[in-house]
Amino acid sequence: MSGGHESNDDLHHELKLRGVLGWIEYRLPIFNWINNAVGTNYPTPKNLNYFWNFGALAGVALVIQILTGIVLASHYVPTVDGAFASVERIMRDVNYGWLFRYVHANGASLFFAIVYVHLFRNLYYGSYKYPRELLWWLGLIILLLMIITAFMGYVLPWGQMSYWGATVITNLFGAIPIIGDELVLWLWGGYSVGEALLRGFYSLHYLLAFVIAALAVVHIWALHVHRSNNPLGIDIKGPQDVLPFHPYFTVKDLFGGSIYLIILAALVFYMPNALGEADNYIPANPLQTPAHIVPEWYLLPFYAILRAIPDKLGGVIALAAALLVLFAVPWLDTSKVRSARFRPIYKQLFWVLVADVFVLGWIGASPAEGIYITIGQLASAYYFLHFLVLLPVVGKLESPRPLPDSIATAVLEANRARAGGRR
Amino acid sequence: MRIAAAGLALLSLLPATALAAGDAAEPKKVDWTFNGPFGTFDHAAARRGLVVYLDVCAMCHALRYVAYRNLTEIGLTEDQAKAVAAGHDVTDGPDETGAMFKRPGGLADRFVPPFPNDNAARFANGGALPPDLSLMYKARAHGADYIYSLLTGFQDPPADVQMAAGMTYNPYFPGHQTAMPAPLLDGLVAYEDGTEATVDQMARDVTQFLAWAAEPNLPTRHRIGLSVMIYLILLAGLLYAVKRRVWAHLH
Repeated sequence: MSGGHESNDDLHHELKLRGVLGWIEYRLPIFNWINNAVGTNYPTPKNLNYFWNFGALAGVALVIQILTGIVLASHYVPTVDGAFASVERIMRDVNYGWLFRYVHANGASLFFAIVYVHLFRNLYYGSYKYPRELLWWLGLIILLLMIITAFMGYVLPWGQMSYWGATVITNLFGAIPIIGDELVLWLWGGYSVGEALLRGFYSLHYLLAFVIAALAVVHIWALHVHRSNNPLGIDIKGPQDVLPFHPYFTVKDLFGGSIYLIILAALVFYMPNALGEADNYIPANPLQTPAHIVPEWYLLPFYAILRAIPDKLGGVIALAAALLVLFAVPWLDTSKVRSARFRPIYKQLFWVLVADVFVLGWIGASPAEGIYITIGQLASAYYFLHFLVLLPVVGKLESPRPLPDSIATAVLEANRARAGGRR
Repeated sequence: MRIAAAGLALLSLLPATALAAGDAAEPKKVDWTFNGPFGTFDHAAARRGLVVYLDVCAMCHALRYVAYRNLTEIGLTEDQAKAVAAGHDVTDGPDETGAMFKRPGGLADRFVPPFPNDNAARFANGGALPPDLSLMYKARAHGADYIYSLLTGFQDPPADVQMAAGMTYNPYFPGHQTAMPAPLLDGLVAYEDGTEATVDQMARDVTQFLAWAAEPNLPTRHRIGLSVMIYLILLAGLLYAVKRRVWAHLH
């Protein structure tokens, strides 16, 4: 294997299979399908950095949630009287039940962490731009479903935070004019948060996991049409710009995956309840409101936006708008340049937005009183200002730095600079 | 929202409810044997804590998610665990005549609660409901430190504090007023191992016991965790080496 073993030689070749594999392939060309999807015949920009691991990691996280969830579902009892006790039985009496539950609970947190990094990588490198708008939309729909699924899953243990979280969130729908009250009754399946809601959430929590899995397949399908964006944000010009997915990116994803597993294991084995609320180990009590009703950390920024508006309906609209505005980003961003590397002003704004979202998360966890209210309102206003005003305006005013001719030339230059630096 | 929540709590007519939230004193920090990645339970202390629970706490507080058979995990022999179980009557049935009957508890039974239901518990406790202690270690912020601080934190109220009827002052309790009177007194229980039963010692022991009761799998979790971490770190190292090797000729 000389230095001349250039990756592109491997591309666009068919697997020649004989024997049993060949027999199968002739009838169902599954091996070429896999090879074209994640194998030697899927050309990938050679300059992808580690932020491009997060899509594959999200897939792994989803699989872990589904597998652990199936085990939990077979021991869980979706009744008001039985739910909390059945979770304790899983923790105490089911063989390794504690392991499955802690992996599922912490896995959900990490799934969101991964998806948020994935989303912000997208915003930084402008991956949502032409021709990947639908790919971006599919990702956002998956995020929406994840939020709903995670919320429903959090209700299932029927602890204090489960019950009161469900009460607060379902009551939000009551703010919708005309149909609001009827809608809330429909969600509850009765006149209060109770057994009908719990069973409905259990059923939907299980179902939505597989809807997400199906959408993830469509997401990857759309990805494979125009292939991955890359840190330079320029299109693939030819075979010199790409490497086959296997082995280059399979091994890179495997390494990233092992780091992810280390973090998951550290949470599960050494601080399994660090990301949860202590109150959820108290059985649900409709007569006693917890001092703080807070969602899980991954929903805190949205919770802060909801509470920033003093009016209930206004808060609900702001919450919905915070998510929906992301769908418009490919058109709100008026710059033709994708990567923030070549956009000096947008690059700064990106990091301000990241800081703003962290502030929103902090406010979401703080009590809604005094200075926190003002900070929350300012941070919420900035969130919308970024997307609705700054993004369109900066794209017009900013003069981007010159783009490299191709991925290959940029990579060569970077290597030369690095080699020169070493000498 | 927090003000509204505190208002609702006031209206709920539960004397044990926090009268004002978030004002509890920061619990005392204790270096528990089960803290840290290699932490495990001190079985001797947990067994002493069982004595404190049975002789003191169990008058009012249930432990309904723990079974008598589980006691062998903290070093009781099966006969000792059976003896603990047999000290409590369990309602069973119906028998062949259709009547419910009482029988002594066995290893398979869960800890028998002191009251048949919440109403009975409230009636016997001046309207307050003593919470189940099975999960107390996980159900309160600061877990073990909170339990220990609460049990050792009973004191006379400051002059400016107006105490409600039947309440006891404790700075570690949210609202500083709890319906639980100071449960521990020096020498209240007799330890078989000769340990002096001071309030501080009993509080530490029963905290060990309750931490075990809430998270009995903690030692197993830490033990498996160590193997898993070593395995994963080695795997990550190997995969990084493979990645460098695969990419080497491109750089």
